[in-house]
Amino acid sequence: MKAGLIIFPGINRERDMAIALQNSFGTAPKMLWHKDTDLGGLDLVVIPGGFSFGDYLRCGAMAAQSPIMRAVKDHADRGGYILGVCNGFQILTEAGILPGALLRNASLRFLSMDCHLRVERADTVFTNRYQTGQTFRAVMAHGDGNYFADATMLDKLEAENLVALRYATRTGEIAAEANRNGSARAIAGIYSPNLRVLGLMPHPEDLVDPLMGGADGKPLFDALAAA
Amino acid sequence: MKATVTVMLKNGVLDPQGKAIAHALGTLGFSGVQDVRAGKVIELELAETDPGRAKAAAEEMARKLLANTVIESFRVAVDG
Repeated sequence: MKAGLIIFPGINRERDMAIALQNSFGTAPKMLWHKDTDLGGLDLVVIPGGFSFGDYLRCGAMAAQSPIMRAVKDHADRGGYILGVCNGFQILTEAGILPGALLRNASLRFLSMDCHLRVERADTVFTNRYQTGQTFRAVMAHGDGNYFADATMLDKLEAENLVALRYATRTGEIAAEANRNGSARAIAGIYSPNLRVLGLMPHPEDLVDPLMGGADGKPLFDALAAA
Repeated sequence: MKATVTVMLKNGVLDPQGKAIAHALGTLGFSGVQDVRAGKVIELELAETDPGRAKAAAEEMARKLLANTVIESFRVAVDG
């Protein structure tokens, strides 16, 4: 699988993501600029976190209109793999590639802390190195991570088993104190209907080596590398 | 001609900024504030001189970029 990153002005997590990808894939990911119009044959497009275009108007709103996003939409339509983390998730919702939106955290506070994510299904290209119901630790660093969709869409996501990850306690319970940003139904990440696109707010790329304090996120990248 | 686009969170979408403003107003001694909703106003200076066409253009801009209709509603007023 050939992986690449999209760089937008104002993002700041591209190097961490590149390290995580290189670590698992054994080769450096291709770096693409937001003004590029061609993905150059990538199998996996990764949109990293940060504050693209200064979060002007809404988080991800400007990036979603960048020239490269036309190619990313075509890639999604062809069944290509896409991973969007944090601002990358916001960009995917603003571009209409994933449903819903990310609102300001319910507490109004920027959250910079660890959280635990419960794996809702372990049969996807992203999660097949985890077990269903398992939790893993990830880092949250966002001001606008409060997942919102209307009740009809939330019911549809659940009925079609497209909720990828939920905020949970270490032991996998869904609880208000574990859902720090106030996300609807504790949703931390969702899939596209074909399970090829994953968007999530926390950063699995921040824990891929014991030197970083843990490798909880590494199975996600290892699974992608093996796909 | 000028078009003013007002973007508000839809009813039913939690507005924590509005809640924080309401709380701060209470702290300042303004009593009787029952609810606060915060939104944004975007002013567009358009070359178009026909009010109907200017409004239609601004609405199209709001749908495509200025508002996220998953969470926000908008209204457009044209003057000048």
